[in-house]
Amino acid sequence: MNPSADYVPFVNWPVEVEWGLMKAGQVLAIMILLLLTLAFILLFDRKVWAAVQLRKGPNVVGPFGLLQSFADFFKFVLKEIVIPAGANKTVFILAPMISFVLAFVGWAVVPWAPDVVIANLNVGILYLFAISSLGVYGIIMGGWASNSKYPFLGGLRSAAQMVSYEVSIGFIIITVLLLVGSLNLTAIVDDQRAGMWMWHGFRLFDVSGWPGNILVGVVMLAMMGMFFISALAETNRPPFDLPEAESELVAGYQVEYSSTPYLLFMIGEYLNIVLMCAMLTILFLGGWHLPWGPVDSLGLNAFGTSALAMIVFYVKIWFVFFLFAMVKAIVPRYRYDQLMRLGWKIFLPTSLVAVAVIAYYVTFMAPPGAQHLAGG
Amino acid sequence: MLAAIAFYVLAAVAIVSAFAVIAARNPVHSVLFLILTFFSAAGLFVLLGAEFLAMLLVVVYVGAVAVLFLFVVMMLDVDFVELKQGFLQYLPAGFVVAGFLFAELSLVGAASMGANGAPIALAPNAPTEITNAEAIGRVLYTDYLLLFQMSGLVLLVAMIGAIVLTLRHRPGVKRQDIAAQVGRRRSESVELKDVRPGQGLG
Repeated sequence: MNPSADYVPFVNWPVEVEWGLMKAGQVLAIMILLLLTLAFILLFDRKVWAAVQLRKGPNVVGPFGLLQSFADFFKFVLKEIVIPAGANKTVFILAPMISFVLAFVGWAVVPWAPDVVIANLNVGILYLFAISSLGVYGIIMGGWASNSKYPFLGGLRSAAQMVSYEVSIGFIIITVLLLVGSLNLTAIVDDQRAGMWMWHGFRLFDVSGWPGNILVGVVMLAMMGMFFISALAETNRPPFDLPEAESELVAGYQVEYSSTPYLLFMIGEYLNIVLMCAMLTILFLGGWHLPWGPVDSLGLNAFGTSALAMIVFYVKIWFVFFLFAMVKAIVPRYRYDQLMRLGWKIFLPTSLVAVAVIAYYVTFMAPPGAQHLAGG
Repeated sequence: MLAAIAFYVLAAVAIVSAFAVIAARNPVHSVLFLILTFFSAAGLFVLLGAEFLAMLLVVVYVGAVAVLFLFVVMMLDVDFVELKQGFLQYLPAGFVVAGFLFAELSLVGAASMGANGAPIALAPNAPTEITNAEAIGRVLYTDYLLLFQMSGLVLLVAMIGAIVLTLRHRPGVKRQDIAAQVGRRRSESVELKDVRPGQGLG
């Protein structure tokens, strides 16, 4: 991508060089932010899990165990990398790297605040969807390359599971796209600027639109719930963690992995979970906008608005992650046939009907200003 | 300049990995190279400004179709050496197919060139202010609606055909009926037996 036409350079360098350096800096900043977030969100996950079970959780390294993740990091990195003798070496090493890299590249299009985004693609949501559907390769390659039964079974399970739930995630995303009329993530967030009752998940509470929007409100609320559940399945998160079900497959596709490759897998997995939290926030929970109105309604200057927007977005991600953690603590694991039944027989037909309902609403019932698709 | 570098890198990767698909000894590696080829093709689409098509290529082919390929190839128990033995025997047939494909592609390429070597626009240029997805939607659901619906029908028939061909009902399989499980009441399933000491249920 080349710098846009209205780009004003800071220093007297070739514009492409300066622009490239600036983008590299942004990428680095986002990566550091994500890795730090990951360190504390891992701890948070374990703390929530422990609290539900009336335990204390990690509390030895640092105050309240705050440095636990860093201790774990050094432990992983300093151990020996074991590659099984019968393994397909190249693919075995490649698999965790793919997981790790794919988990990061998805964040390139995630808007943190108005205009704070590395690449503001027109097809942003499709890009996110594509990247999250690629995540399966790390797992299936790792499972196959280990040349061992448990990892292979885990890899196969995960392939079938992720492909199944992608379908319903796709349809759920389409319902939001129909309401917004754009695939651009910033546009999707700004469509929800008015306040909590205009967030796509909570359209039901927009009292001024009653009774016309009750149907669409109910449907979108259901879609938010289904997206949440599908996101759990897509990221192999409990109660759908069948690829690594420890009671059946030891640790699934990760059995033969140790040390840094295992760490890469784990970072990839958690980063995908956080990415799903961000997607849910953007699609249904208003992104960076405040519950009572747009983030720029407070009269702050540009920098303040951006900072506040980032904080709001960040807090929402953590809230959704808290829900993920609670599900992990509370819900028992699904059986494999139940998982498939839920995905294909319940979620797929429901989301298809939802797409039809929302399309009908947008074409015939939406208030005149919102008929962006009908008239063209 | 950047676009030219990106094009040559992507094109080279696409061609080399497409060759590796047939050259690789291990079928799983072949599929992985095929995925790399799809991915490079998606990159080329982005360079053409067709980002919507690129994303669809990644979602549909890389994210779903190739996963199922990989799934099947991994589960096949094939002897790799035996698989490669017929390679030379089929080589002439492969060359014939490749020749036909090349001739067809050259024909299309030649037909889309004007007299001075510049490409002719086959379709009127889309207005620049609407996005990719919108432009495709506008032609797909107006001018080509019939073709679009018909291809959908064909796919539906193919899907039903595949299901009918592979579906077989085995007798004696216990199936889970979730509604019956959830609808079960305590009175239907639990019974209190009063067992007297020394007598048993006799």
